[in-house]
Parts: sequence; C-alpha cells; structure tokens
Amino acid sequence: MKFAKALSCATILAACTFGTASAADLTIGFSQIGSESGWRAAETTLTKQEAEKRGIDLKFADAQQKQENQIKALRSFIAQGVDAILIAPVVATGWDEVLTEAKDAEIPVILLDRTVDSKDDLYLTAVTSDLVHEGNVAGKWLVEATAGKPCNVVELQGTTGSSPAIDRKKGFEEALKGNDNLKIIRSQTGDFTRTKGKEVMESFLKAEDGGKNICALYAHNDDMAVGAIQAIKEAGLKPGADILVVSIDAVPDIFQAMAAGEANATVELTPNMAGPALDALDAFLKDGKAPPKWIQTESKLYTQADDPAKVYEEKKGLGY
Amino acid sequence: MGLDPERLAILRFLWRISVAVRKLRMTYVFLKAGTMQTHSENILAASGIVKTFPGAIALNAVDFALRRGEVHALLGENGAGKSTLIKCMTGAYRRDSGGLMLDGIEIDPRDTLDAQKLGIGTVYQEVNLLGNLSVAENIFLGRQPRRFGLVHTSEMNRRAKALLSEYGIDINVSSALESYSVAIQQVVAIARAVDLSGKVLILDEPTASLDAQEVEMLFRIVRGLKEKGLGIVFITHFLEQVYDLSDRITVLRNGRLVGTRDTASLPRRELVTMMLGHELLAAEKDVRQTETQAGPVHFRFSNYGKTGSIKPFDLEVRKGEVVGIAGLLGSGRTETAELLFGIEKADSGTAEISGKPANLSSPRAAIANRFGFCPEDRKTDGIIGDLSVRENIALALQARQGWARPLSQAQQNALADHYITALDIRTSDREKPIRLLSGGNQQKAILARWLATNPEFLILDEPTRGIDVGAHAEIIRLIEDLCAKGLSLVVISSELEELVAYSSRILVLRDRAHVAELNGAEITTDNIVSAIAASGISKGAA
Amino acid sequence: MDSAKRLGRRLLPQFIALALILALIWMVFPAFFSLEMQNGRLYGSLIDVLNRGAPVALLAVGMTVVIATKGIDLSVGAVMAICGAVAAASSVRGDPLVLTLALAIGTGLICGLWNGFLVAVLNIQPIIATLVLMVAGRGIAQLVTEGAILTFNDPGLIYIGSGSFAFLPMPVITWLVFGIAVAVLLRRTALGMLIEAIGINRRASTLSGIQTPVLLMAAYMLSGFCAALAGLIVTADIKGADANNAGLWLELDAILAVVVGGTSLLGGRFSIIASLVGAMIIQAINTGILLSGFPRNST
Repeated sequence: MKFAKALSCATILAACTFGTASAADLTIGFSQIGSESGWRAAETTLTKQEAEKRGIDLKFADAQQKQENQIKALRSFIAQGVDAILIAPVVATGWDEVLTEAKDAEIPVILLDRTVDSKDDLYLTAVTSDLVHEGNVAGKWLVEATAGKPCNVVELQGTTGSSPAIDRKKGFEEALKGNDNLKIIRSQTGDFTRTKGKEVMESFLKAEDGGKNICALYAHNDDMAVGAIQAIKEAGLKPGADILVVSIDAVPDIFQAMAAGEANATVELTPNMAGPALDALDAFLKDGKAPPKWIQTESKLYTQADDPAKVYEEKKGLGY
Repeated sequence: MGLDPERLAILRFLWRISVAVRKLRMTYVFLKAGTMQTHSENILAASGIVKTFPGAIALNAVDFALRRGEVHALLGENGAGKSTLIKCMTGAYRRDSGGLMLDGIEIDPRDTLDAQKLGIGTVYQEVNLLGNLSVAENIFLGRQPRRFGLVHTSEMNRRAKALLSEYGIDINVSSALESYSVAIQQVVAIARAVDLSGKVLILDEPTASLDAQEVEMLFRIVRGLKEKGLGIVFITHFLEQVYDLSDRITVLRNGRLVGTRDTASLPRRELVTMMLGHELLAAEKDVRQTETQAGPVHFRFSNYGKTGSIKPFDLEVRKGEVVGIAGLLGSGRTETAELLFGIEKADSGTAEISGKPANLSSPRAAIANRFGFCPEDRKTDGIIGDLSVRENIALALQARQGWARPLSQAQQNALADHYITALDIRTSDREKPIRLLSGGNQQKAILARWLATNPEFLILDEPTRGIDVGAHAEIIRLIEDLCAKGLSLVVISSELEELVAYSSRILVLRDRAHVAELNGAEITTDNIVSAIAASGISKGAA
Repeated sequence: MDSAKRLGRRLLPQFIALALILALIWMVFPAFFSLEMQNGRLYGSLIDVLNRGAPVALLAVGMTVVIATKGIDLSVGAVMAICGAVAAASSVRGDPLVLTLALAIGTGLICGLWNGFLVAVLNIQPIIATLVLMVAGRGIAQLVTEGAILTFNDPGLIYIGSGSFAFLPMPVITWLVFGIAVAVLLRRTALGMLIEAIGINRRASTLSGIQTPVLLMAAYMLSGFCAALAGLIVTADIKGADANNAGLWLELDAILAVVVGGTSLLGGRFSIIASLVGAMIIQAINTGILLSGFPRNST
C-alpha cells in the first residue's frame, strides 16, 4: 500500500514538473452540476468529445445538483494532482476556500457556463455565454424580419426571477428600442417547460382575438417555443407564417420545427464551452499567456436558411 | 455521521438555552397565577344554582353543600347535571343564577384559574397536566421557586419530592410525568391541586382507568386529605367505591336535586332507585341463575396460548352459556379476548368448533367462524366515529359479504332500524354520526354490529365500563337474552357482581394465566376475590 | 331522491366558489364564455380550463381515495413523469399503441403497489412512504429518457393528449368519464363505506373484519393508475416526455383540489365529484390569471 502511494506521489510530482509541455498528456478534472436538462447533457457530451479530440484524460464527476459534491470532487482532483480543473458551479457563492486550495496547488481552474462570486485571481478564466446578448440577437432578427411593418409580439418568459429570464428579456427589449412598429403586448412566464409554454400560448391566443392580433412570438427557450407551436397549430394558425417564432438555445427539436417551417429563428446557447476553455488553457500552459477573465461564447443565430434538417442531425447525438 | 465534540458542545449549549427560554416562558405565562391563601372554617355551599343552555335546562335550582373534612359523592346518570354543576362551581361555566359561598364568602369565579386561586382544585379522569414536563415542573407550573430570576430547579425538585412523600410516593421527580402510570399522574395532579388550592378538591371519575391496587392507593390518599380538613367532591360510576369512600351522597336526576343522604344510612338499592327514578331491573337482583343446561361443548380451545402474552389455557363454551372472565387489570383478560378473536395469533394449542379444527388467525377468519368481539376501548377499537349509526351497524356484515356485494340502502336502513328498536339505542336519527351518541348507546350499536352478522360466539370485553346505570342494566339484560337464544358468550368484566349475576362459569386470571374456574354454587364475589387475592398473597410470600 | 339531494347540498359550496371565480374572470375577460368550432372541436377558454385541468383532476380522483384512508400520496407527480417516460420510450421503440398504454399504466400500478406495500404492510407513515418515490421517481424517469426530452410521433399516442372526441378534447373526456366511473364504482359497491371506515378508524375497521391492508394497497394503486393516466396526457400533449418537468408539483395541486373539494386531510368522508370541482376551481384561477394578463408568481 505504502509503496503504491509513494509511487503515485512520484508520478504526480513527475507530472507537475515535466507534464506541462503539451496538451496531449494532460489530465483534467471536470465537475459537472448534474444532468437536469438536455442542454447540460449535451454540454457533458461535448466536453468529453473536446477532451478526446485533444488527447486529454478527462476525469468526470457528476455533482447531482449539490455544491458539497462539487467541493468534494474538486478536493479529490487536487489530491490526484490534475493539470487543470473545469467546473460548472451549481451556485455562485461559497467557493473561496476550495479555489484557494486549488490555487495553492497551482492547478488552474476554469469556470464553465456560470460564474462565481469569488475574487477573479482564484480562477484562470470563465467561459460563459452572454444572456443579454442572446436576447439582443433574437430581438435584432425580429426587427429585420418585420422590416418596419407593425407587429404585436407576445413573450414567453423563463422561470420568474431566474437570471436567464431577466437577462434575455432585457436584451430583447434593448434590441426593440426605437422600433415603434414592434410592441410586446403580452408577457407571461412559461417556466421554461413545454407544457407551460403550450398552456400560456393557448391563453395568449384566446386573449388576442384567436391569435389574429399576434404577429410574432418570442420565447426565452426553445422548449416553450415547441409547446407554443403546438398551441398555435391547434388554434388553426400556421406557426412560422401567421405568427413568427423566435427563441433561444438551439436545441435539436427546434431545428425540426424550423425544417417544417413552423419556427423561424433560434439563437444558440452553445453547449460547447469546453472548446474555448481548453484552447485558452492550452495557450496558458504552453506560453504562460493568461487569458482574459471572461471568454464569451458565440451566440450564433440560426434561421430556416441554415439547413435546419442538417443541424438537427448533427445535434441529435449530443444527448440533448 | 459521527458528531465531533465541538459540534456536540454547541448543540448542548443551544439545548440549554432552549430549555432556559422554555422555562422562562412558563414562568411568564403563569406569573399571574400566583398563590393566595386564606384560612377560614367554612366550606363550599351552592344554593339554587340554575344553568340553561339553548333549548335545555341543565340545572334547575340545585343546592349542594360540602362540609369540611368529608368525601361527598355526586351521583347521577349521564346527563343528570353532574358535570354542569361541577363546571359552575369551578368557573368553567357562568351560572345563570344562584349563590356560591366558599368559606362563608360569596364567590363568583371567572374561570377555572380563578377558582383554583380561590381554593377549588379539580382533577379529571384524563389528567390535564403536561406529560412531557417533569413531575416537579408540573407540580410547580407557574409558581416555580426562583433564584436570580431563573427557575431554581434543585429547590423545586426538593420541594416536589417532599410534597409527594406526604402522599407516600417516592419517585424521581425530575423524570417526565408521562413516564409514570396514570395512577401516579393522578396523584401528582392531586398534589398540585391541593398544594395550589387547599380547600376543596373535586375528583371527576378519577378511578375509571385505574386497577384495584391503584384505586386503593388513591383512596388512602383521599382519606388522608379528608383528615386534613379538605372538602372532597367525588364523582364516579362505581357504586362500590362510593360506599367504600364517601361520607355523604348527593344524587341529581334530569338537572334537579333528588336528595343528599348519609352514605351509611342509604341502602344500595335505594340509591340506585334515586338515580334511576324507578325500581332496578332484573339484572341487579342478587338471584343466582338456574343451573346451566348441560349441552355439548361447542367451542373448545385446548392448550391455547401465546408466548409473552398469555400462558396456554383450556376453554370450553357450550351453546347458550355465558363464561365470565375475572382478574385484575393486566392479568391477561384482554389478551385472552384478543387471542380468541384472532387479533393476536396463538402460538400453541388448538381451537375447535363442534369438533372440527377452526382457523382463527385473524379477526376476519374469526368472523368467518361467526365470532364477534365488543372491545374494551370503544373509542379506539369499536366505533367508527364519523360514520352514521346505520353504517356502524352494517359494517361487520358488509365486510363479511365483501365490497362487491353491497347491502342496499334499504337493507341497511332496515337493519339499523331493527336494532335501534330492539336494543333501544337512543339516537335522534339513524344517520347521526355515532360519536355523538352517549357511551352506553355506542356500546349497544357495536353490539348491534355483531348481532347483525348473526354470530354464534360473542366476546364482550368490559361491556358496561363507563356507561351510566340505566344503560348498564339494559346491557346486562341483553346479555341474558342473547344466551337464552343459544348464543355463546365470553364476558370480561371487572364488575364482579355483574359477572356473578349472569355467568354460568367464571374463569379467574392472574399474572397472564388462567388460575381458577368457578362453577355453579361456587360463583360468588367472595370466591372470585379470594381467587384473585390468592395471587397477591403467593406473590407477596415469594 | 334523498341521496341526490344530499349530494347537491354537499357540493353546493364548491359550485358556488366555481361560479364566483368564473364570473370574476368573465368580468375581466368578457370573451371567456365564447365557444366556437375549430378543426372539428369546440374551442374557447372554457374548454381550456377543462382541458388544462385534466391532469390535476385525474390525480385528484386517486388522491381523494388515498386521503379518505387517512393517507396522502406525494409521489403522484413523479409517477406521472415515470409513466410518461415509459410511454414515450415504448413509442419511440415502435411498440403498438396498446402495448405502450399497457406499459405506462402497468408502471403506474406498480408504483402504487410499492406505496401501498410500504403503508399497509410495513406500516410506514404515508407521508414518509410516498416521499421515497417522490424523491427517487424523477431520477427513474430520467434513466428512462436518458436525461433528454424524449419526443415521439405516434399519432395514436398524441391523440390521447390533443385529439378530440364528440367535440371535446380527449383529456376532458378522459377525466370526466374516469372520474365519474370511479365515483359510481365506489358508491355503488361497498368500497366507499369501507374506505371511509378505514380512514376514520383503521384498527376498529380491521376488528370489524375489513381487509384493511388489501384496501389500502388498492387505494394507492388507484392513485398510481390516475398518475399514469395524467402522465400519458401531459406527455402526449407536448409529444414528448419531459422527465424533469412533467407533473412537477402537481401532487400539491391535487391535494389542494381534494381539500378545496371539502374532503378532510384527516381521512374519512370523501367526495370524488367535489374534488373534481376543486380541480376545476384551481384551473379556472390559473387560466383566469393568464387571460387577465397579470404576471403569475408575482405575489
């Protein structure tokens, strides 16, 4: 036992001393929040793929929505002497101690998808999307698509009080500013779910003259849009034509809807946070070049012109 | 999940704080209930008390006088006005008119707390103290000895111990009250009431849930208090205890005073007549039943028993026979009943019905063999409180038929109406929830539930407990009628005279074993008592 | 009839409450009662209330019976998710509709049997016993869907959620027919009385010869069956099984529906019809808030 321990210590030491030369033989720990949504499952899949592509040995730990599990995982990574740690933190607070431990062990930590309230010298960088920007991209698309024609918009918000709901609303409203032809006439929460999206859309349609009053739908995520599309169809209207549909996330099912002409546009919240993160890490380990403290992922806009059927096939296998 | 010592220390500290806060709050709440003591030679006198409720006159000009140093029994059937009178004297009700004098001074207690301060303490059948507090805390609740503004626990415990030792009780006063038996709890309640009030003590059915030895202990204490000059009002259903303990008796009937008499000069027969208003029924006659008809044994239990519950026993019951079971509380009476009815499974011996082995492994199996069981605790084991009288009567028959073959509404109505008339169940309506009926009528409804299943073997556990004298006599008459119809009955009762009156045979239990069987002329209360008492002697000698 | 009159009196407060709420919505949103035909079925806000209230109404049927036995079933929301996931997985695999439905409903019955076993045989308090499945159930559902929203295209299964029959959406037909059938079954047989007896006094009921464990298990299995139906409806409605969100917190809505329906949480006397009205009261409030345009969750 003792011998084995000594040996592993030696290996870690060796890795620390000599192992920084190339990414090929890196060992990286990844602490994932859990698998509470399809998007997160896709993030896990893509992170594993990105690591494999670079020949990195990825140690994966599922925290099942618990911060204590993540802290445990981080300590275990530190004890194993990994070369770097990726973490999608489940909450924003309470990380100082364990991040300091990582810093003392000289292991760079990269935050994925969410940020923390710790001082920014405790982690290398944070790779996240910009929620306000996503809303903005969706809004700009709608401004262009309507081209100055008057248009009444209904909005399906995310869960009340959640930061995606607040920020995506804000970004969308900013994009609409100064375009008096666009008016948000109804805005309700659909809790990010298909069922609620459908139910709330049904009530919007009833309240706005059977939907004749509505020209566009903006949903804070694709799932609500998919539910709303069904409600629009059941009301005897054509989603995508009678009512424009724009949403955020770019999950596979919305591409199916776009291929069928039932949805118009979606803004991608890329599950590939690991790609930019690993690129930045590589640069840091090779040249010691510290990346900026915030790396913003691209919020790519997909429309019906982007061959949605093909994108669907690409995305289908990612575990969404 | 080990707790490290630091966390343990913190927890302990927090616990201490919470205890202190709780005690402080207790102190605060009962601050106003401080003690007030006056000395006078006079005692309680109520005159012309009238109390009406909407639609009913509960008390109609009732006089009641309590002398210093006497035990005064207050008797009457259910609904006679006993508890209303008590409540008027303890301030729980405000009387409409009439005078109340304590120690020669006119009083008008606003509430029970006020009455306590004036000197009238009450102890109820269900002890209304706080079971999770210690004995000492209960005694000094609201008036704890204090030091530096905090409860002086050791002083309180010392005084509580001294107080209880006056009653001949030596227990750990810092243990929770609920860890002691009901009898001890009752003594604690009495100690508190006497210590707090000290003039008049009202005991409302204090012996209902005590066994004979506990009753004796309680009576010894009551006699001690009497000698100290307290006036004691004693309410009970047990006439034997009335004659054992009381000096005078006041009888109420229908909200009116029937009379107050010296116990020594009032024959029991006359007392019952005062209570019922007419001559007592056949059941109370001290006439022995004629010799049992010697039919064949129909139900035979051989070497029947369950380890840890009741030692193996033999029991033979003929058709039309009443077998009485006597014994002290805890002697295995109820255990015997539960074994016979399949509530507990026998682990030795056999049961036979007319020579064939019978399966009695569950109540359902026993019912399939035409058994019925009226349990001792009607409220928890008998009635389905929110269901109507009709549904309660139909229940066992319906359960035996199975859910898929429902009794129609008309059938249920007919069944209920039949038994309401036959057993004289007093209810305004068969649809009335059974919990609204009086104890005796509930008992009759449960009897009806079993009679509806047309049983052959009926077990009655304390059929007359806690019901008023009138219903009592009717139930005894019913038992006799049933066995005349060929039903076999096993009756468990602590009322020995009752058992003697209707049993063809009596089994005596002690220490969870059947120890004696009395037949024919041997059946007398004296013989039962000595069979029960033999145990006490042998135990004492051992 | 006497019993009809009694039922009417029992249901009066619930119907008055429902009428008041509908009147209130009508004042805020005058088009509330307007109905029109669209795609061969009735279409309007009133139909939405009946349609969207289907899952809670179905859950309330089983919940009423469980609560009548002095129990509670916290697991129904999670069981919905499991059954929906099983149905979707079966449909995606290409099973015939009958098999899909049988699997989903069988799963619901097994979940109910598990709850009933814990309560009736192991004598675990219902609130604790059903908490097990409430907590673990979504995990099981996620195992089935592999963490994603499992979508399917079987028109037969979709018909259960958004098809229509006799001008009414299928979910409305389902809960109306099922709810009334169960109510009639319980009252035409002796089951209703026996269940009430168990709920009021379990020991006394056993001593009277009622097969208490069997009936308790049956009650929880009925609740599982209802959850399976509700799970099928919400899954079919969005053409996909959402293990995370299907039936989320609906157990609380179902309990609320039972309480609004006037059945005591302490067990005993129950009325399934009243619980169904209770479910409609809750849904009318939800739909009313949506129509009026007030933001939800804002208080």
